[in-house]
Amino acid sequence: MRNRVGIVGFGQTHHRSKNTDCKGQELISIAVKRALESAGLTISDIDAVVIGNMDHFESINYVDMWSIDGSGGFMKPIMKVTTGGTTGSAIGHAGFYHIASGLFDTVLAIGWEQNSESDTTAAISTCFDPITEREFCGGAIGPLAAQYTAYMSKYGATEEDAAIVSVRDHKNAAMYNPYAHLRQTMTVDQVMKSQYISYPIKLLDICPRTDGAAAVIFATEERARKIAERPAWVLGVGDCHILVHVADGIGLANLPSLERAAHEAYEMAGVTDPFEQLDVAELYIPASTAGVTWMEALGLCEEGGGPRLIRSGVTEMGGELPINPSGGVLATNPIGATGLLRIGEAALQVMGRAEDKQVEGAEVAVATGFGGCFWSDVTVISSRPQLD
Amino acid sequence: MEKDRKDAGAISITAMADMPYYYHVGFYYSRFLRELRDSKRIVGVKCPECEKVYVPPRIVCRDCFVTMEEFLPVSSEGTLLAYTVTNFSYTDTTKGEPKKIPYTAAYIKLDGSDSNIVHCLDETDETRIKAGMRVRAVFSGDRTGDYFHDIDHFEIIEH
Ligand SMILES: [Zn+2]
Repeated sequence: MRNRVGIVGFGQTHHRSKNTDCKGQELISIAVKRALESAGLTISDIDAVVIGNMDHFESINYVDMWSIDGSGGFMKPIMKVTTGGTTGSAIGHAGFYHIASGLFDTVLAIGWEQNSESDTTAAISTCFDPITEREFCGGAIGPLAAQYTAYMSKYGATEEDAAIVSVRDHKNAAMYNPYAHLRQTMTVDQVMKSQYISYPIKLLDICPRTDGAAAVIFATEERARKIAERPAWVLGVGDCHILVHVADGIGLANLPSLERAAHEAYEMAGVTDPFEQLDVAELYIPASTAGVTWMEALGLCEEGGGPRLIRSGVTEMGGELPINPSGGVLATNPIGATGLLRIGEAALQVMGRAEDKQVEGAEVAVATGFGGCFWSDVTVISSRPQLD
Repeated sequence: MEKDRKDAGAISITAMADMPYYYHVGFYYSRFLRELRDSKRIVGVKCPECEKVYVPPRIVCRDCFVTMEEFLPVSSEGTLLAYTVTNFSYTDTTKGEPKKIPYTAAYIKLDGSDSNIVHCLDETDETRIKAGMRVRAVFSGDRTGDYFHDIDHFEIIEH
């Protein structure tokens, strides 16, 4: 039997394209201090630390140890988690596991990246098999772009459907999120006229690479109720690594790993009708195209129904199910932190602490993580300790 | 609350270490690459339980987790499932040089295979490519045991 797990604190840096005046540990310390401050805790309240990034972006391969001067993990147990694109969401899940197991009372989960320190696409390309795949898998963008050609061909979706997602997420970042990296609004026409980076993905369809850090504090039910007036309860987690070779994933128009992870998280949380029960979603959408193709895997529409869902306006702020009030990954992408930002932002929503980006009355939120070889994480978070 | 710092005098240093890797291709890929090099044949391996054929060959079936030992040739023709015309350059981590662009990544299911492969297509005009097209492998004349060299590219089969 697992213990109930609450989120009681969240902190993040002001994200930028290039933090030349900040070393990794300094960046981490800012997010950690803000998380502790948001919970009213000090580092001595923390029993264990989970931390991660994608090693090859900075060539720091023992980040658990290396980060101590920023994480506050001195003389504490530290678990390093690095699972590619899902690093941040897996860090959050590992924080959940620490508390749910009953072994720890208060755990600090940290994700960070200084993406400007290396060639992001080259580094991501090392995720692919060097003998049979790496040569033509252009980082994270290539496979996502290819997936959309399969989806367009199968369901008749268009590049303009994707552009609407880009406009939505960028608008939210610009209007509501002071921490976001890119804060400019754009029109569908501007997205459509931006140059092809990797057909059918254009410059304004794709996430940036960002320097930034995020930290989330998890606690047992007893501790959470003492720390926070209104904790965010983690009701369900799902994690699915499904495909061995990336080519097998891209051949599919859909994302079976997300479907499976969502199924597991929803089942654990008691979500039976996601569109009705969820109030807000913070989704790892690294390219606008994914904001169309993956909606069905989350149970938000029928198969092939992504374009209709996006065009209906229900995912905009003020709609029935706003997606990415923070602006999401298209606006901010410090890769090792990106998935944890989704969990932190989802927690803020149900805690009623999302400020300008608050979805009114939000009680149940979903957060996701995605990795470039097409694996997925899903987290369900609520202000209620259990759903009826 | 602590401010994110801005320091006009901040220093950055550059690390340009040459750090090569020597990958052991292994039993399954070695067989795959030898067949390509010596016989222009693309081989896969079949699961004894579910009978799925995997290309490139590998040790265990991902569904059944049994060791696969039956190698068999598959067709050098197949169906294009997905593609992208890549227009941005990045460091080619195999060669250590900027990647030559544009190139068209092609995700293909070969006839006789239940898994997919990735290679390139000799067409970079996206208006002339469609998912579902039939494609065939074009082999190099001087083959060396390198998948991306020995199959030079895939071409669209014109009707
Ligand atoms: Zn099998």
